[in-house]
Amino acid sequence: MSGGTASPQPFAPTAGLLARRRRERLARGVFLAMTVLMILPLAGILGYLVVRAWPSLSWSFLVEAPARGMREGGIWPALVGTIDLVVISLAVAAPIGVLAAIYLNEYARDNWVHRVVNLAVITLAGVPSIVHALFGLGAFVYAARLGYSILSASLTLALMTLPVIIASTREALASVPRSFREACWNVGATRWQTIRAVVLPNSIGGILTGIILQVSRAAGETAPIMFTGAVFYKAVRGGTLLPYRLDEQCMALSMHLYTLATQVPNVRPSIPYATAVVLLAVVLLVNAAAITLRLRVRTRPKW
Amino acid sequence: MGLLIRLCGISAILFVMGILLFIVREAAPVVVSGRVSLVQFLTRPEWFPTSEVHRRYGALAMIAGTFSVTGLAMLMAVPFGLGAALYLSEFCPPRPKEVLKIVMELLAAIPSVVWGFIGLTVLSRIIVTLTGAPVGVNMLNGALVLALMSVPIIVSIAEDALKAVPDSYREAALALGATRWQVTWRVLLPAARHGLLAAVLLGVGRGVGETMAVLMTTGHAVQMPRSVLDSVRTLTANIAAELGEAPAGSDHYRVLFLTGVLLMVITLAINVTADLIVRGVKRS
Amino acid sequence: MTPVVAPSPLLEVRDLRLSYRGREVLHGISFEVAEREILAVIGPAQSGKTSLLRCLNRTVEMIPGAAVSGSIRFRGEEILRTRRVHELRRRIGMVAPLPVGLPMSVYDNVAFAPRCAGVYDRAALDAIVERCLRQAALWDEVRDRLDLPGTRLSGGQQQRLTIARALSHEPDILCLDEFSIAIDPVTTMRIEEVLRKLRSTMTIILVTNLNQQARRLADRTMFLWKGDIVETGETTAMFESPRDPRTADFLSGRVG
Repeated sequence: MSGGTASPQPFAPTAGLLARRRRERLARGVFLAMTVLMILPLAGILGYLVVRAWPSLSWSFLVEAPARGMREGGIWPALVGTIDLVVISLAVAAPIGVLAAIYLNEYARDNWVHRVVNLAVITLAGVPSIVHALFGLGAFVYAARLGYSILSASLTLALMTLPVIIASTREALASVPRSFREACWNVGATRWQTIRAVVLPNSIGGILTGIILQVSRAAGETAPIMFTGAVFYKAVRGGTLLPYRLDEQCMALSMHLYTLATQVPNVRPSIPYATAVVLLAVVLLVNAAAITLRLRVRTRPKW
Repeated sequence: MGLLIRLCGISAILFVMGILLFIVREAAPVVVSGRVSLVQFLTRPEWFPTSEVHRRYGALAMIAGTFSVTGLAMLMAVPFGLGAALYLSEFCPPRPKEVLKIVMELLAAIPSVVWGFIGLTVLSRIIVTLTGAPVGVNMLNGALVLALMSVPIIVSIAEDALKAVPDSYREAALALGATRWQVTWRVLLPAARHGLLAAVLLGVGRGVGETMAVLMTTGHAVQMPRSVLDSVRTLTANIAAELGEAPAGSDHYRVLFLTGVLLMVITLAINVTADLIVRGVKRS
Repeated sequence: MTPVVAPSPLLEVRDLRLSYRGREVLHGISFEVAEREILAVIGPAQSGKTSLLRCLNRTVEMIPGAAVSGSIRFRGEEILRTRRVHELRRRIGMVAPLPVGLPMSVYDNVAFAPRCAGVYDRAALDAIVERCLRQAALWDEVRDRLDLPGTRLSGGQQQRLTIARALSHEPDILCLDEFSIAIDPVTTMRIEEVLRKLRSTMTIILVTNLNQQARRLADRTMFLWKGDIVETGETTAMFESPRDPRTADFLSGRVG
């Protein structure tokens, strides 16, 4: 501290120190303001969405079919369609993704194949969703002759979530200390016995969190299903539990919101807002579940 | 069981590589046959995919659209993202920090179609009121939405990068009598610069790859952008807008796949760079 | 004292070479281990002691880039080429330097290896758990808390738990890799006592960073230096009159 040695009181603040303290307070204030400025408007916007949606938000909105060219009525077919798509895509992607991650993390040797695979997984995790749409259309709809169908759309979503599930599962597996594995190998356990007894029980929370996050991503995506199996409108009676066959097209919440917002004139104003709020609620609830699960896994006493 | 795992692992890997190869394969014929020249595709702004007499496949306007929207978005998102990351990692008390991080995570989870809807309904009205522009769906709107979307990613990755700076650096500097601001400016930012750069790059990656939000908010005119209030079209939005109308196997269809290849190359470059930077940080 | 080399050795290592990604860490070493002896392996850090143990139970092949050549015969069977790797690891127990209580109950920690080998009978498992914990001198401390997670024991207890786990198959050879590195001197003495008792039923290969520990426990001692065996001999003789000047320097603390 400049001049500190000459001062009679050794800890008396010098002019320089005071200026530095002021600057520190200023910096803190600016950064806080940036954080708040980012969150407050968003909270405002979300509140606005809910207010605008309010007139339409009701139980019957959820369970009724759209009426009068989607200008009135509810969103049941889209809600069920989204659930179908998410369930089927995750039923395909989660087991394959988890097993692939186990293979990569626990079995594969560290050679060039491994590195190429890593690169492919990273690449695919960053590929824009519209590119997945291209692939889904070309490969599932045309080449595999699945046509525009729930199956095509679900498989497209599955391929989109697969690399992310692989990546998050690998991260969860890698968090289990290597010493545990070695201790198991040392007493004659096979790789699979080791994985089942020690690795999986101690990474399952992280693995599930990763999968649940992909549930919300799959539910919110529009581009990959737009050209592979989601339609603007499909006549379905409200409240029916399994209205779609796998080889049929279906409605989906995200697609429905896009349609209402851009393609349908004279919709009752609160309906698109209500659709957006329902989609948001679904996605945020699923995410909240994932976060809760992760917090619980983290607070559990560990090694 | 070991066998099943191997099988699944290898098949997943084949899928993953299959996608990359398939997209390239679908795009290749139109380039190989010479009906569309790569140079023209990359350097000409004329895009008339359905014209009978004057068919042109030039993607430059869309490339410019993608980068101008993303660039403008980053101009807004990067300062806020890094500022918020600094606040979270260096100044914020632990309790609010946990809450803020969860809020960030939830923000990152909002589906892009909802962002698009927000841009279309809320932001466009605000833009029209404030700037007097004739329409509210334009480059500025798209950039605002993209900025809001990428901020949570930038914050979370930048915060990781700052957290990776060993506490001993902070303690050493504080022990020398530095204030926290000095520690942040002189020690943390230089030490975490690679991680922060990676955070920005991943934000750019998300911006370039975003589809629905820009499709709904940028106004969609194929033109070289001149002002932030111009309507623009991005590479992704172009695919989304035209894929439904392009007959399978036609030149138009293949050119859209070519656009997909271009997008893959761009995002691949960005992500691999970011990944290398992050790995470099972890190793050192 | 047993004879220095038994007529038919339990373990016979010939020209063992090991390299990691082309960097050779064991340069063709040969030695023998007899039934029911304690062989101490000493040497400075990075001399290949841990790598040697990893070759004996073939966990070395879990390390990416490792390449082994030469021959290790265990009761006449070639270890490096046997297809019954897991059976082999049950015959050759291994205790790692750092205590590892697996994240499961103390009981399951010990019962893990027998279960992996197909023993599910509760009474048989109970007997094995009690025998191993007694042998490892841990039984009296945990007999009422067998359902406690292994990770919650103290470091010294976890190290004895690790030994108990290694004993669950009644191995012919027990390898210990610097077992005392992370535990207190009192526990170290207790474990040394355990090893003295075990010596009557099995062979022990003891890699140690404490020369005095080798002197207290071992029948024979082997001095490993930069991937080569410098000297092997009867412990007392070696400590009192080392033949090689490097051994003398190491034992007197001038090197390593």
